Amino acid sequence: MIVVPPAIQRIPWKLIALLTAITGFGILVLYSAAGGSFTPWAMQQTIRFLVFLTVAMVIGRFPLRIFEDFSYIAYIGVLVLLIAVELLGFVGGGSQRWLNLGFMNLQPSELMKVTIVVALARFYAQLPPGNTHSWTALWPALVMIGIPAALVMLQPDLGTALSICIGGVVVMFVAGLPFWWFGSTAIAGAAALPVLFSFLHDYQQKRVLIFLDPESDPLGAGYHISQSKIAIGSGGIGGKGFLNGSQSHLDYLPEGHTDFIFATMAEEWGLIGGLALLFAFFLLLRWGTRVALKARTRFGQLTAAGLTMTIFFYIAINLMMVMGLAPVVGIPLPLFSYGGSSMLTIMTCVGIILAIENDSKTGTRRLH
Amino acid sequence: MARGKSPPITEAWRGITFTRRALVVGGAQAAVGVALAARMAYISVVDNDRYVLESESNRVNLTLIPPRRGWIVDRNGKALANNRVSLRIDIIPDRLHNRDVVLGQLRTLLQLDGDAMERINRDLKAASGFQPVAVAEDMSEAEYASILVRLPEMPGIAPQRGFARNYPTGAAVGHLIGYVGAPNAEEYQKAKDPLYITPGYKIGKDGLEKYFQPMLKGKPGARRVEVTARGKIVRDLDTQPDVQGKTVHLTIDADLQEFAARRMGRESGAIIVIDCLNGDILSFVSMPSFDPNSFSDGISNNEYSWLRADDHQPLINKATRGLYPPGSTLKPMVAIAAVEHGVDPSERHTCIGGYRLGNRFFRCLGTHGSVDMPTAIEKSCNSYFYWLAHRLGYDAIAPTAKLLGLGEEFQLAGSNQRYGTIPDSAWKMRRYDQKWSASDSLNAVIGQGYVSVNPLQLAVMTARIASGRRLYPRLINREFRNEPLPFSAEALAVARAGMDRVVNGAGTAVRSRLPLDGITMGGKTGTAQVRGLASGSRGQSGAWKYRDHGLFVCFAPVENPRYAASVVIEHGMGGSRAAAPIAKDIFTFLYDREKAMEALEMFEAGWGGTIKERMDRDYAAWKAGASSDPNPELPQ
Repeated sequence: MIVVPPAIQRIPWKLIALLTAITGFGILVLYSAAGGSFTPWAMQQTIRFLVFLTVAMVIGRFPLRIFEDFSYIAYIGVLVLLIAVELLGFVGGGSQRWLNLGFMNLQPSELMKVTIVVALARFYAQLPPGNTHSWTALWPALVMIGIPAALVMLQPDLGTALSICIGGVVVMFVAGLPFWWFGSTAIAGAAALPVLFSFLHDYQQKRVLIFLDPESDPLGAGYHISQSKIAIGSGGIGGKGFLNGSQSHLDYLPEGHTDFIFATMAEEWGLIGGLALLFAFFLLLRWGTRVALKARTRFGQLTAAGLTMTIFFYIAINLMMVMGLAPVVGIPLPLFSYGGSSMLTIMTCVGIILAIENDSKTGTRRLH
Repeated sequence: MARGKSPPITEAWRGITFTRRALVVGGAQAAVGVALAARMAYISVVDNDRYVLESESNRVNLTLIPPRRGWIVDRNGKALANNRVSLRIDIIPDRLHNRDVVLGQLRTLLQLDGDAMERINRDLKAASGFQPVAVAEDMSEAEYASILVRLPEMPGIAPQRGFARNYPTGAAVGHLIGYVGAPNAEEYQKAKDPLYITPGYKIGKDGLEKYFQPMLKGKPGARRVEVTARGKIVRDLDTQPDVQGKTVHLTIDADLQEFAARRMGRESGAIIVIDCLNGDILSFVSMPSFDPNSFSDGISNNEYSWLRADDHQPLINKATRGLYPPGSTLKPMVAIAAVEHGVDPSERHTCIGGYRLGNRFFRCLGTHGSVDMPTAIEKSCNSYFYWLAHRLGYDAIAPTAKLLGLGEEFQLAGSNQRYGTIPDSAWKMRRYDQKWSASDSLNAVIGQGYVSVNPLQLAVMTARIASGRRLYPRLINREFRNEPLPFSAEALAVARAGMDRVVNGAGTAVRSRLPLDGITMGGKTGTAQVRGLASGSRGQSGAWKYRDHGLFVCFAPVENPRYAASVVIEHGMGGSRAAAPIAKDIFTFLYDREKAMEALEMFEAGWGGTIKERMDRDYAAWKAGASSDPNPELPQ
């Protein structure tokens, strides 16, 4: 019998293996998309992954209490950053989504996806159970979601705004707010869609219209969706083979290393590659959901559920977009797409969920 | 269970609710995941065929290779139209984004003149979508290379290594062969053939090139290449070679054709030479002409205006589209008609310098005294034929004229004929609602008045008189019956004898006797008035366009006719003066090329060089502001 030291036992090897598998697969695809080269994407993605994985493991070691204590401060801090971006954008002219910190471009809206969940989880964790069905359970949450969502919409960044809303709403939902609130809001929202549509920017409206009829503009914005479907469809079951994807290699597929990386992958790896990736994501989300169910504290429960939803939202919207089921919104595929911002967000989510998991192993459940 | 406020909300209840709702969320996520998997399976399995096809059509670009056009060769296999390698640069209008910059660069690199730029701009306006517009053809390797290296900076420019149509004898075959050109938008709409918008592809636009287009065009080849989304070629996949068009064999004798065209000199007119054995057209010349090479390369606006401005009308095919009063060239035909109607050829009529009809006096060119029929032909005595016409009436003569091919439209490949008029009383009634008069007959019998014919008809008439058979002219090996004409041998003999004496007796063309041993030519001159007699001018002087036409029809050898020809020289002032000497040299060429070439070179030295040299010089002079000389120097 091999004795494994407790320090090593405490490291979540299975989770690391899963994250490495997903990102490693992504790096292979990036290698191919660059025409069989580690530069400019695969190498950088590898380094980035190693850094962010370490960050996630470190976050996972933090006591859960810290997140709860700092949740409101973090929320307000990110909100201030969002306003700063808005003001700078106003000064600089046009749409601006990031702050230049010198060593990296920081997108506060990305941070907001995480902090909104943590802040709302804290709010509902502190809410007395008796107030769950009362007005006091609703309006603070709506304000907390509404302000950052509106700011992000002003940027304008529909995808991120939706992501913030969904994360927040899911926390509200699992917090036990009356079911019919959600049902009636969904119906009212559906009815108000045309009105909301008119609030969208021209280019956003165009994206939605083209999504509804991609063939109407096969060389313009519909081009993305058409070419993506061609890439996925021509891959078939087994794919065209590693480094043999003509759609991506001959530049027919736009953004083949970022938003549309799934199409690049599907062209070369086929349905088998796609299902494998979906299964890997399933395992990741199942882990998140399990952590939520087993969480020791109410804050942990709500946070884990909300962050899992945030990760899920990325995956679902991105895949729906590349398969022609959603309009083209700039949402990358978590861990798979080339890019630092989204990986930072996802890894932060993973780190916090890991902290919740570690917390649940340390003591008895105290759900208040 | 949510709605009621009756059960108190406890932490336990909240815990259960969380678990239940978290499972609902998880379940919803799983459902979306399954839906995504199903969607992907649908795209990649069910729709796989469709998307594989679309991916292939993205990846693979099929480029058509324009087929090499079939040759047009003469009776001996010598090329009248062939192909030569051509380096060319085209513009694809749809890919041309920065038009002014690219055109400016081209202009500098290729040193294009304003004329060429104008044509390119005009073509760009008329071009549809991907139809390429030729910028330059027949470029030197150096020019071609200078474009190739700058290709990335000039989107929309398409260099091509292809074939261009080549007419070795240039203007000499212009009206015979026609020319080729890039299909226009209208032709593309009609044909719906992608080849029509392929750079370097030309279709026949006129003449034989147009008529034989289906035979000449060949089958395009195809090149499959892998291209990027930006149109950059990654690699060749495979290439299927083109199939060259079929060769068209003509009855033309290329050497004779060129000789005849050159011998025409600065004159305007037509020459047709026909083989009396089978109707083969050996030479079909209308001069001045355009150079079909210029048209095939996309003619410039300037050059086209130059051609249009020329009062010698180089754009009109005078051999079949030029109508002339035939003048006295019809007299042998009239003689046949007269004999057929029982006139004794030896019966004499006294020419007193004209013929009195009622109170009008119809003039003869001389006072010939007592003449019989052959002598009347020999001397071209109008009085004698006035007398015949008055006696027989033109209704007796017109059927013979028609039997000899006058007023007839022939089935001739690629030609667009104006067939003129052989009048008779019924025609005049129909046309003018007037009765035929005796003076109409007198005018018609000397080939004036209502009579008009084209040079091809004159040649056919002569060939029929010479052979006694109803020959049909042909440019390709086409079978006609060529049955004997219903004329007596005596009638034909009288006409031929008269024509023999015109040249070899004491007739109007004795100066044009063939300089050959044992071969003689029979002929008949004609001088056709451009202005009515009433104007008082005899058409022998004054402005070029009012001078008389000179005509000559002839055959050789007299004893056993083999060749027949007609020569029409517009405003040449007389058949014996302008047309007969040319006919003489052409027949000399048929029997003794060296002797004929010697004569031609002497003439050309006087005219200022070959056709091409003169045309280039005239064009340059015209561009420099001087219009072409309206009164060109006449030979002799």
